[in-house]
Amino acid sequence: MKSFARSGVLGLVCAFIAAPAYAADVSTGPCGFCVLWDWIPFILNGFALNVVISILAMMLALVLGIGLGLMQISESKLASVPARFVTQLLRNAPWIVILFMIMSLIPYRIEVQGWGNFILSDWIKATFAFSLPVMANVSEILRGAVASVPKGQWESAESLAFSRGQSLRWIILPQCVKQMIPHLMNWFALLVLATPLASIIGVREAVGSAQAAMESAGSSPTLLIPFYFFLMMIFFIFIYPVAIWSRRLERNYAINS
Amino acid sequence: MDAILTLIAPFFRDLYETTGINFNVFYDPYQFKRFLIGAENSILLILAAILLSVIVGVAGAAIQQSRSTWLRWLVGGYIQLFRNTPPMVQLLFFYFGLGAYAPQVDMGGYYQPMVSAFGWAVIALGIFGGAFNVEIFRSGIEAVPKATLEAAESLGFKPWQTFVYFTLPLAFRICLPALTTNLVSLAKTTSLAYVISVPEMANMLNQVWSSTFNIPEMMAVLFCFYVGVVWLLAAFLHWLERRLRLRGYSK
Amino acid sequence: MQSIPDNSAVSLAASPSMVTVSIRDLHLSYGKLEVIKGVSLDIRRGEVVCIIGPSGSGKSTLIRCINGLTPFQSGSITVGDQQVGDAKLDKIRLRRKVGIVFQQYNLFPHKTALQNVMMAPLKVLKEPRAEVERRARELLAKVRLAGKEDSFPGELSGGQQQRVAIARSLAMRPEIMLFDEVTAALDPETVQEVLLTIRELAEDGMTCVLVTHEMAFAREVADHVYFTDGGKIVEHGPPEEIFGSPQDERTQRFLSRLL
Repeated sequence: MKSFARSGVLGLVCAFIAAPAYAADVSTGPCGFCVLWDWIPFILNGFALNVVISILAMMLALVLGIGLGLMQISESKLASVPARFVTQLLRNAPWIVILFMIMSLIPYRIEVQGWGNFILSDWIKATFAFSLPVMANVSEILRGAVASVPKGQWESAESLAFSRGQSLRWIILPQCVKQMIPHLMNWFALLVLATPLASIIGVREAVGSAQAAMESAGSSPTLLIPFYFFLMMIFFIFIYPVAIWSRRLERNYAINS
Repeated sequence: MDAILTLIAPFFRDLYETTGINFNVFYDPYQFKRFLIGAENSILLILAAILLSVIVGVAGAAIQQSRSTWLRWLVGGYIQLFRNTPPMVQLLFFYFGLGAYAPQVDMGGYYQPMVSAFGWAVIALGIFGGAFNVEIFRSGIEAVPKATLEAAESLGFKPWQTFVYFTLPLAFRICLPALTTNLVSLAKTTSLAYVISVPEMANMLNQVWSSTFNIPEMMAVLFCFYVGVVWLLAAFLHWLERRLRLRGYSK
Repeated sequence: MQSIPDNSAVSLAASPSMVTVSIRDLHLSYGKLEVIKGVSLDIRRGEVVCIIGPSGSGKSTLIRCINGLTPFQSGSITVGDQQVGDAKLDKIRLRRKVGIVFQQYNLFPHKTALQNVMMAPLKVLKEPRAEVERRARELLAKVRLAGKEDSFPGELSGGQQQRVAIARSLAMRPEIMLFDEVTAALDPETVQEVLLTIRELAEDGMTCVLVTHEMAFAREVADHVYFTDGGKIVEHGPPEEIFGSPQDERTQRFLSRLL
């Protein structure tokens, strides 16, 4: 684990050295890193939206995904077949395609009778769009985890007069949680890494903010490397600990089982 | 291709005229051309990015077997950097950031970048996917039983022969399920090439719906196209897995 | 083999040219753990030598040294005209002369039984395919596996896999065969079929070195038995002596526990 962490840090250092060296040999245009310095608070402000979108989308994906997963393992074909279909469909579709579909198919304003009008701004639609592929994968993770519990567990629960629902609730699912957590964390990381897509539809998250900042700073080509590199770094700093942590959990689980 | 269009056009034209559902890419020759360009570029991009990512993966895994700590750290850093940053930002970094410094080619009067948007997409996505492949191949190589390799050694195989005849084929079989997952995911990620204006399916259909405003229909086409292509790729890789499965070892 | 004049066996037994493996004062340790502490022994052509002794006494390590799989620190091993400890040792030539069969068979799982046998003659010796295939089929028939040519290792029983492994080694036409506890991982039913194959090899005049726990078998086929304990040879001699009237107290204790 130590060498894993060390190698990552070393790679970062190398990249940091390489990037300014590139920027330095452009003589035309302002110093990219100096301009970047002024815009850092603005970009970080945008990044806060990436974090908010990720967390909301993850919570939504967990709730919907667990529901969909339970439907997948249901004994009723009426529930399991559609759930399986939705799961596979959304797992196979690229994020950007799902985002486009949600953007174009969900209206800007929704009227709920007795509740009034709701304005769905772009970032809320994006959040919903991002939660869909994660939901499908949560559903699949749940199905896989339940399938991995030895058959004997079901049989002994049944022999103790547990119903199917009770077996699932008290015997099977508790055994699944531990192995699901690293996978869920991994999907959270993938979700965070997908949120810059929201900038395509005009959401001012980190990437959108950085692009706006470059534009107002004169769109000089010297800005491109520093700004995009800085964007990569903030995501890295946020995601890398999650990656290490989930790996550690996964390894612990593998050792204990 | 024209034959296909003449075959399907009447149905979709009829569908439009009776219901208003406008799949013009399937009856209007001009829009059909756009669809074909998008399909061709998307599929080529997927294949090229997969090929590059596998090459990068094998090379990286080979370097990680080397004795040089320095090289191993460099590869380790590359893996962590590209796995833990957004692929879309990587793509922008390569295309806009590095692209601004790439040499230009004189095309008789005007200059054109040596590497096209498509080229940058292949490079960026290949390097992104390669970061995952390195770890997949490395764990495959490490999972080959040492005793099997020792048996090869005891029969007089030279180290390179042992690597080519035994380590590689066995490692490939061991890591194929993980490789399948990653390549399928990479195929989906290639759709990001939209953001640097590669004329792939999303961009071409965007041109269509911008002119004829049949957004829901084109969304359906886009969705089905990617789901279909990804499904085909996954089916091929699973077929390969079954074909290469070591006989007699269950699962 | 053909060059040896066919005079009286007695005079040949004394001649050093009959000695094909000669080990002198061999020492080997892993870090601080000393595994072999000064072993010397001679193996003559056509002889069947069994090495017995408690687990961890360095028996397996000893025979792995003979074909250069495990490096040793001091002493010498001579196989024919080759010095195994030599830095410039031609390992390919050594391994053509010395075949080894492992406890865990270690077949190549992605190749059929026939391909397993053919691989090394084809790729290492670069012999013509037709000739290699003919010989490989003969060898598989010899180990009673005719009809299993196209089976993959995973589809064969342990005993069958082990016989493929023996055929695979024989395909290199070795002068000496090393057997490293080849029946230890097998089901009791399949042990006999492997022992039968080894017995036939011994009867054909192959020089065999066996590390084994099959005492009855050792007693029956061996020309010479070495008893090792704690990295040393405690006692050696013809099987009647070692099994019939062991001199050393450690040998007696070991054998009494087994018999």
